[in-house]
Amino acid sequence: MARTLINLPKSIRRGETIEIQTLIAHPMETGYRPGSDGVVLARDLIRHFKCFFADESGQHLVFSAQLFSAISANPYLAFQLRATGNGTLTLVWEGDQGFRQTETVALKVLG
Amino acid sequence: MRVWLQVLSVVLAATVVQPIGAQPLAATDAQGRRSGFADMGVATQNIQRDDRQNPAMLWVADGEVLWSRTAGSADKSCVSCHGPVASLKGVAVQYPRFDNLSQKPVSLGERINLCRQRHQLAPSLPAMDQRLIALETVVAHQSRGMSIRPDPDPRLQAFRRQGETLFSQRLGQLDLSCAQCHDQQAGRLLGGTVIPQAHPTGYPLYRLEWQGMGTLQRRLRNCMSGVRAEPFALGSSELVALELYLLGRAAGMPLETPAIRP
Repeated sequence: MARTLINLPKSIRRGETIEIQTLIAHPMETGYRPGSDGVVLARDLIRHFKCFFADESGQHLVFSAQLFSAISANPYLAFQLRATGNGTLTLVWEGDQGFRQTETVALKVLG
Repeated sequence: MRVWLQVLSVVLAATVVQPIGAQPLAATDAQGRRSGFADMGVATQNIQRDDRQNPAMLWVADGEVLWSRTAGSADKSCVSCHGPVASLKGVAVQYPRFDNLSQKPVSLGERINLCRQRHQLAPSLPAMDQRLIALETVVAHQSRGMSIRPDPDPRLQAFRRQGETLFSQRLGQLDLSCAQCHDQQAGRLLGGTVIPQAHPTGYPLYRLEWQGMGTLQRRLRNCMSGVRAEPFALGSSELVALELYLLGRAAGMPLETPAIRP
C-alpha cells in the first residue's frame, strides 16, 4: 500500500466549488532509464487516476486523469468539484505491475 | 492530450494557494547568510511553502507510523521511551551531537540507529533506507522554524575543525574545495544554477533531481562526485565532521525540514 495524502477544505458549504489535493508515494519509473547495473528499469507508472462521488443517487465519476512517463515521482494532483451534498469520495490510482490504490474520504457539507 | 492539459492547468492553478505551515524566510540574514530556499524559483518555493503539495510530507506521514511501530527483540517502539514524537521538538537543531558511549559525534540518523541497537535491540537500518530517512524527517520536522543551535560540547571542537579543514581542502580530478564554490563563488552561476552558500537548513529534504528524500550526507557525496572525487562513505567520520562544521556555520538560521530543493 502506497502512502497517500488527501486534502479537502475544513468546512464546505453546499454548492461551493472545492479543491481536492492529492499526493501519492510512487516512483513513476519511466521505463527508459538504465539502473546502476546498466539494465533498463521496468516501466512502473501510475496510468490512470479516477475520483468518484457516491451519494444516495449512486456513484458518479467526477474527475479522471491519464498519467504518462513525463510526470514526476510522487505525483501531486489537484482538481475542483462542486460539493452538491453529503457523500463519499473514492479516489483510485491504477498503474503498471498491477498497482491499484483506493482511498475513500467522506464529503460533508454544512447546511 | 486534452485531458492532460486540463490536469496541468489545474495543477498550475493550485500552485498559487496561500502559504501554510512554513514560516516566511528572510532572504538574507544580518550576517549575509542565505538559505538555498531564497535562490529557488517561485514554483519550487511554493511546493515547500504548502504542506499539501510538498511530497516530503509523505515521509513525515510514514515516519509518524514508524515512530509507534515496535522493532527488535526488546519489543519497544520509539513511543515506549520518548512518548509522542512532538516531545522531540528542538532536538534535531542540535545534531550532530557527541555520543558518550562511542566517544564521537553522531548524526541524527546514526542516533536513531544507536537507539535501535541499544534500546530496541534491533539491527541498524542502512544509511539510505527509506524507513530511516522517514524517522529522521519526522523528528526534524518537529523543530521546523526553530533556530539551528549546534551542540556546544567542547569535545566536538576538534571534529568541527576537521570539518572546516575538509571544507577548504581541494578534492578530486577537478581539484576544487567546497569553499571555492560555496564561499568564494556563492550567488554566481554554475551552468544555469545559482551556487548556494551551502547552509544545511532543510535536511532531510526532497530534492527534485533525486525524485525523493535524502540526507545531508547524500548531498555532500553528490558534490564530491561532481568534482570527480571518490566520495566519503555514508556514515564516515569525514562526512560527520563536515556536517558539524556546516551546521556550526548555519547556527541561528531556521530549520525548514522537510525542505524542497531543485
